[in-house]
Amino acid sequence: MSTIVFIDTRGNKIPKAAQEAVTYASQLAGGPVTAVTFGDGKDLETLGANGAGKVIVARQVTTLDSQQLTRLVVDVATKEGATTIVCVSDATGKAVAPRVAARLKAGHVAGALGLPVDGKFLRNVFSGKAKAAVEVTSASRVISLMPNSVPIANTGGSAVVEEFQGDLGPVRIMLKEVRKAGTGIPLPEAELVVSAGRGMKGPEHWGPVEELATLLGAATACSRPVADMHWRPHHEHVGQTGVAIRPNLYIAIGISGAIQHLAGVNQSKVICVINKDPEAPFFKAADYGIVGDAFEVLPKLIEAAKKLNAER
Amino acid sequence: MKILVLLSQVPDTTARIAFTNNNTQYDGNGVTFIVNPYDEWYALVRALELKEAAGAGSVTTITVGGADTDATIRKGLAIGADDAVRVDAQPTEALQVAELIAAYATDKGFDLIIAGKETIDHNGGQVGAMVAELLDLPYVPMASKLEVAGGVATLERDIPGGVEVLNAPLPLVLSAAKGMAEQRIPNMRGIMAARTKPLTVVPATAVDNVGGTIRFELPPAKGAVKMIPAEEAGKLIELLHTEAKVI
Repeated sequence: MSTIVFIDTRGNKIPKAAQEAVTYASQLAGGPVTAVTFGDGKDLETLGANGAGKVIVARQVTTLDSQQLTRLVVDVATKEGATTIVCVSDATGKAVAPRVAARLKAGHVAGALGLPVDGKFLRNVFSGKAKAAVEVTSASRVISLMPNSVPIANTGGSAVVEEFQGDLGPVRIMLKEVRKAGTGIPLPEAELVVSAGRGMKGPEHWGPVEELATLLGAATACSRPVADMHWRPHHEHVGQTGVAIRPNLYIAIGISGAIQHLAGVNQSKVICVINKDPEAPFFKAADYGIVGDAFEVLPKLIEAAKKLNAER
Repeated sequence: MKILVLLSQVPDTTARIAFTNNNTQYDGNGVTFIVNPYDEWYALVRALELKEAAGAGSVTTITVGGADTDATIRKGLAIGADDAVRVDAQPTEALQVAELIAAYATDKGFDLIIAGKETIDHNGGQVGAMVAELLDLPYVPMASKLEVAGGVATLERDIPGGVEVLNAPLPLVLSAAKGMAEQRIPNMRGIMAARTKPLTVVPATAVDNVGGTIRFELPPAKGAVKMIPAEEAGKLIELLHTEAKVI
């Protein structure tokens, strides 16, 4: 009963979600696991500190070709005799994990929130308004871990890195170009998020929102009407039909908190709401609240954040 | 171009979430059911736009469920789908849904199979990818743009820090995210036409049993919100540092 973990390590730095998944897989297995990855990832041996004994990397796969990657994962699982396959519930994992599950006729836990209790995994359903306890009864199982769910283990140690040798079939998905959208922190990975809504009255007033975010090291986000009016780019829209996030801190400025917005942010660990309407529904879901005008409150927050940064 | 759109029925976005039968089933009592927004606003509307632009082809929707989903399926027909298929089954897990859809689609020659990014009830986002694997087709999840020319699809998807542009050959399976199209409100003519458009019910084929949801839980009630006077707003940053310890 061995365990493998499939992660996306492309780029200059091993993503946090990949380290979380290796940590989680190793906890699930009760020992070192084999990590499977692809592309140009660097410093792969450092995954040993998170619990990987071995890292198998398919350097020849550079784009998110889910057929090639499924063959890769299934091939390694077969060779390693693995019956548990851990993935990350992110843009890469969502292309591969369900395919692997379908190939192996395995149950798939899409977005596990932690280790199983009595053999059942918890996951969010109804856009975070409820949780489901899921049991897998098939011989193999695929577990996709929700990012920001487990602390990363760092035990020191180094993994053996092997290059994958074998045929993964033709490349069907071609990468034409990548357009960078700013240098900000990507929302799905952000631990701190500062978000603003219609209460900001216009795109020209976003300066203080961005300043507060920068001071806190947070990503910026917005509500649906703001994205629909093109005040902010669509990829910043959080909510039921936009990005669902679960940061440690979510600060919402001038957002009333419609149920569809809450569905995308209600998994945040701490929620702060700033709204001039004391009846705004968002206050019911908040940990901290300030009833006040955004244009008066924001400068005070910025000043306090500067003071905090100077002290630490 | 022949397009298949996966269409699910879900509780309305504002519906109360409660469970019954010892927390093993969603309590749909008094709840309005709708077409899953990702399926309707993005997958179906983009499929219709592609057909309209080409001036040829067909858009078929497929739903797995009982007769209670027929009204929701008619909504898809009212928006403009040519015909609809319902696989008459009560699946308990995503793989079963995918197996039933793949069994139907396997010999129909669809050029595109489009799912919504996820359903707003189960939030799994798995069925499209599973259908692709079962039919041995390429799959692109969470596309925010889709164009088709000369048998090749060009797609955009949001990735951390930007947008990637991909090319993929047809036939192709994809899931549709925000940005792909704008919601269409069905007009009276569409609603009248939907009554007579074909809704074919096909029997269920064999599926695998791999487990599933054992029970649901509602989150514990949120503790009271701590209010900070606006004139002392700076105190919020202090509390986030010393009390909540998140910054």
